[in-house]
Amino acid sequence: MFTTPEEVIFRLKYKNEMKKGIDFIEQADAYVRGSMNEEERRLFEEYCKENPSEASKYREHVLLLEKLNEYQNRIDFRSKLESIQSKLETPKIHKLSGSTGIVKLWKNYGYSALIAASVALVIVFSTLWMSGFYSDVKDNSSKYSALKRDMNRIVNNVNAQNKVISNISSNSEKAVAPSTFGGTGFALTSNGYIATNYHVINGADSIYVQNTKGVSFKTEVVYIDPTYDIAILEIVDPTFKEPAPLPYTFKKTESDLGQDVYTIGFPREEAVYGRGYLSSTTGFGGDTIAYQVSIPVNPGNSGGPVLDDSGNVIGVINGKQKEADGAAFAIKTSYLLKSVDAISKDALNRKMQINKTNLLKGLSRTAQIKKIQDFVYIVKVY
Amino acid sequence: MVNNIKSRVLSDQEVIEGIANGSTDELEYLYAAYFPMVFQLVTKNNGSEDDAKDIFQEAVIVLYDRVNSGDFVLSSKLKTFLYSVCRRLWLKRLNKNDRLSFNVQEHEEIVAVENDLLEYQLKEEQFLLMEQSLHLLGEPCQTIISDFYLRNLSMQEICEKFGYTNADNAKTQKYKCLQRLKKLFFG
Repeated sequence: MFTTPEEVIFRLKYKNEMKKGIDFIEQADAYVRGSMNEEERRLFEEYCKENPSEASKYREHVLLLEKLNEYQNRIDFRSKLESIQSKLETPKIHKLSGSTGIVKLWKNYGYSALIAASVALVIVFSTLWMSGFYSDVKDNSSKYSALKRDMNRIVNNVNAQNKVISNISSNSEKAVAPSTFGGTGFALTSNGYIATNYHVINGADSIYVQNTKGVSFKTEVVYIDPTYDIAILEIVDPTFKEPAPLPYTFKKTESDLGQDVYTIGFPREEAVYGRGYLSSTTGFGGDTIAYQVSIPVNPGNSGGPVLDDSGNVIGVINGKQKEADGAAFAIKTSYLLKSVDAISKDALNRKMQINKTNLLKGLSRTAQIKKIQDFVYIVKVY
Repeated sequence: MVNNIKSRVLSDQEVIEGIANGSTDELEYLYAAYFPMVFQLVTKNNGSEDDAKDIFQEAVIVLYDRVNSGDFVLSSKLKTFLYSVCRRLWLKRLNKNDRLSFNVQEHEEIVAVENDLLEYQLKEEQFLLMEQSLHLLGEPCQTIISDFYLRNLSMQEICEKFGYTNADNAKTQKYKCLQRLKKLFFG
């Protein structure tokens, strides 16, 4: 069977190797099982110490057995869980799921909770009613009016007039589609960002601004803040060119009582100048985000800038008290600047940098107005 | 006895000790007390009852492994731990199957269980490897190995069972099987 002596030697050697291996594993198994006596254990340990390669073989063997045992344990454990699971029934689960913590609590105390809640509700609202809370609220809202110009009223009048005119001459001109609402806005930066009131542009389909020269530009809303009643628009019309640098600056600090102030706005199609003084450092009903100014304002003035003597914007006109004459309110500039800060600058097409150079200081009021005029716009909302 | 243990509320520590001791009662308690919660979690998020059972079984195993690892300290309520593990496992399974996203309203508290799961996954991978190795080993090797090493039969018994003419033949066979398994498992 064996042809060459080399082969015979190889086979013999291999057989010896295997015999050695079998013996070693047998010893290792006996050692692991603990079926060796003291003397045998000691000999085996010594043998491993002397032969590092055998020692590592032993470690490998033990590791394999360990893994094998873990594997078997896992299988046993899984089958144990399976048998527990098989006893679970779905309907039972539903029943059980109905009796977990919150549900149990609800079952036991649900009615009491409902009664307690309704008693609490009744007490809250009756207290509010008795203390006159609701009547106050009603009064307040009727005393305050936002100064958005509602064109419908005016339009109706115009339509009536048109009718009369068309009766006189049949080739009357067709009126351009009039805007439904209007307000005032002013440049925040010279490159086409405009500040106005949120209530002016609220619910708008499209918004145009028109400068004092009568040119209109299409705009888009880039930011609104309903709490402060502030909206920031961007002129997106390609025909828009930057006018001169912004002449006015923005005053971050609070202005003083009695300060002379003025505004330019569009209660009608022409710019209207209004002057007065700062009459209170809080707005309607003690509202700290606004000033009270004694400037005669009308619907359409909303969104106009309030400037002080030296050409700083100190606020944005946004409303007036109905019964008191000459009590108008203006959002403080600091809140406008807060909104500017809140805009994500990365989302903007152009750079929004707040002007810090005032070109109005020391100029007479009329000269100031001349410079400012170009930066105040009619906001037309369709 | 079983009914007795189910009818009262066990503390988390009692349950954990029971599981560590390999008691079936505590495992049954675990199912009775917490499976409904997981059933709800899974079935409300595109899963079936069987999915819920699978997920819960995995979670119990994770707990079992952690308890037996010796260094386990429950840092939250047992309920929270199980819920967190199940939630994580179910999210993973949903992701794997590209099923609809998970949008359960979280009524339950969650704790971080990433490390616990990592340990479990390593173990599972090893078990899978062992399963494949044993499968490749085939018969009669598989039975010889498990008879000797898992059921602790003596070589004599194995010899008789497989009809080997002498113990040496059985020893050689066992040795060969073992060497092959080593090669398959350690690679």
